[in-house]
Amino acid sequence: MSDLRHRLYHNGGLLAAIGLFGLMFTIYVANHPVGLTAAVAATAANKAVLLALVAMAQTLPVLTRGLDLSVGMVFILANCMASAIVVGTIGEGLLGIAAVLGAGALAGFLNGAIVVWGRLQPIITTLATGAIYYGIALYIRPGPGGDVQSDIADLATGQLFGVVPTALIILLGVVVLVWLPYRNSVLGRAAYAVGSNEQAAYMSGVPVHRAKLLAYTLAGFLAAFGGLMLTFNTYSGEASAPIAGNYTLNSIAAVVIGGTSLFGGWGSAIGSIFGAFVLRTIEDLLFVFNLDPLWQPLFQGVVLLAAVSLGALRVLRIRNRLELFV
Amino acid sequence: MNDPKLQVSTIPVVRFSLDRSVATAFGCIILMLLGGALYSREFLSPEYLLQQLQISAFLGIIASGAMMVILIGHIDLSIPWTVTLGAMMATAVAGWYGDAGAVFAIPAGVLCGALVGLLNGLGVAYLRLPSMIFTLGMNAVVQGLMVLHTGGFAPQDHATDAMHFLAVGRPIFGFPNALFIWILIGAFTTFLLTRTVFGRRVYAVGNRETAAYLSGINTNAVIIWCFILSGAAAAFAGVLLAGYSTKAYQAMGDPYLLPAIAAVVLGGTNILGGRGNYLGTIAGVILITLLQSILAVMQMPEAGRQIIYGVVILAMLLSYGRSEIDRK
Repeated sequence: MSDLRHRLYHNGGLLAAIGLFGLMFTIYVANHPVGLTAAVAATAANKAVLLALVAMAQTLPVLTRGLDLSVGMVFILANCMASAIVVGTIGEGLLGIAAVLGAGALAGFLNGAIVVWGRLQPIITTLATGAIYYGIALYIRPGPGGDVQSDIADLATGQLFGVVPTALIILLGVVVLVWLPYRNSVLGRAAYAVGSNEQAAYMSGVPVHRAKLLAYTLAGFLAAFGGLMLTFNTYSGEASAPIAGNYTLNSIAAVVIGGTSLFGGWGSAIGSIFGAFVLRTIEDLLFVFNLDPLWQPLFQGVVLLAAVSLGALRVLRIRNRLELFV
Repeated sequence: MNDPKLQVSTIPVVRFSLDRSVATAFGCIILMLLGGALYSREFLSPEYLLQQLQISAFLGIIASGAMMVILIGHIDLSIPWTVTLGAMMATAVAGWYGDAGAVFAIPAGVLCGALVGLLNGLGVAYLRLPSMIFTLGMNAVVQGLMVLHTGGFAPQDHATDAMHFLAVGRPIFGFPNALFIWILIGAFTTFLLTRTVFGRRVYAVGNRETAAYLSGINTNAVIIWCFILSGAAAAFAGVLLAGYSTKAYQAMGDPYLLPAIAAVVLGGTNILGGRGNYLGTIAGVILITLLQSILAVMQMPEAGRQIIYGVVILAMLLSYGRSEIDRK
């Protein structure tokens, strides 16, 4: 296989997600009453970046053939924490941001520690820790409220030079400063190896434990980053279980749409970003086409089911029936 | 060679083996009751225990279905809205067809749930999509249908007398009907899993589907039937819940997904499939219900409840649910 074909084959899912997003976003902009203005772009970006960050977080454990059902809860926990401590002067706000991100990473590390050393299944571990994180969020914010440092918030949700949404720049920054170094590091590649075949990875001397720990820790960090951005958008914190559940489930859907295999070892966080963009654009499309609100949940559900069913095309390529039973 | 013990042991006897996880779970239940009794005598009164068992029944029925799916190594995330679907369709059918509808209400609700299960099974078995993502999408579709159904057609949402009777009636010696129903469903599930060919196939598929397929088992049929049972069980629990609260409402199934999975896993069933017995699920269900009840009685705020809930599940699993070190 030539290099180009090899690359295309490996990034097929990513390219499909980008194409789908491009198509949907074009339809959206073409039918938007105002068209593509800086404000429209910023609003769309601010909403999409939240799910994109949580979807990136979800990708990392999925690559190691795990799953993190607590990303939504960490997201909400960070939201509640930020609404309590990212206040005061800009300096205090920045300290608060560091504390929130640190807490997110700690939550992720705890997940990883239980999975690695406790030897429990990731699904059930994160189900239980998710309840704990939600409890802490509820403890911090029994009712909706709080505030956030407005200078930082305005900067993070506004536009750079009046054109480019800052949220997109921040997302790009996360990709360049967190994802790409991780992807090219020893532990990042180890995560892919663990996801493909943990036994083989172990036999080859891959640091299995550290790879998993780092994947879950970074997942917590990224989910907390998303929660921080949510706070900048809403200027308040709310410990809402439905929002947390929604983000967890949508993050899994975004990961799948972005071409990452739930069986591990295949995919990328960049695909998940576009998967998240696709999901968000579906909602926006419903808005511009003025669909009856009663029909919206059904339409969203059908599109979600159809999008994930695209994965069934894999079955057509399989020649040996035994390969079906992965 | 004529040692009778050898012959007995070569016959694979499937029975309720009181393994470590089940014993620990039942031990925890007793500890919790004793701990609760220190707080208030009420915890050991027959009335309280019967009430807990009645509430457990709803979770128990859902967990019975969830267990079938977990045993084959899959997971059913469409439970929340299948529960709601069962409740809403049952009450709606009763409203549309009057007296005749009241007769068909419960079967109609269960049938709708089974249909969702059938679609789940078809998607997982033939499209070979990961059950986690396919049932998740299915859940969203059913939610959409129910929003449309309640918003567009304004159906009846009151439970029929029969549903109410099944859920809260106590005609025989003050034993709740819901408990009897759970016992019936539990006995049926146990029979299915331990005494039928289908049950053996469930464990076989859960252990290694390739091997099961090569042994001539129609693994797709097993997968589809397990999802049908899960959908039907969830919908039936929804019907009973509607009877319990006298009406069907949006999102009434949401609080049941995680407890159902947690109950099955706490009962020693392997989340990757292939291992587990129903006695464990019973223990898990009672454990979760009791935990929720005790935290509620102690008037613990919601935040503390969630934290303790998570910590207890983790602590129990860390004490007996750890997988073996797999380095060969």
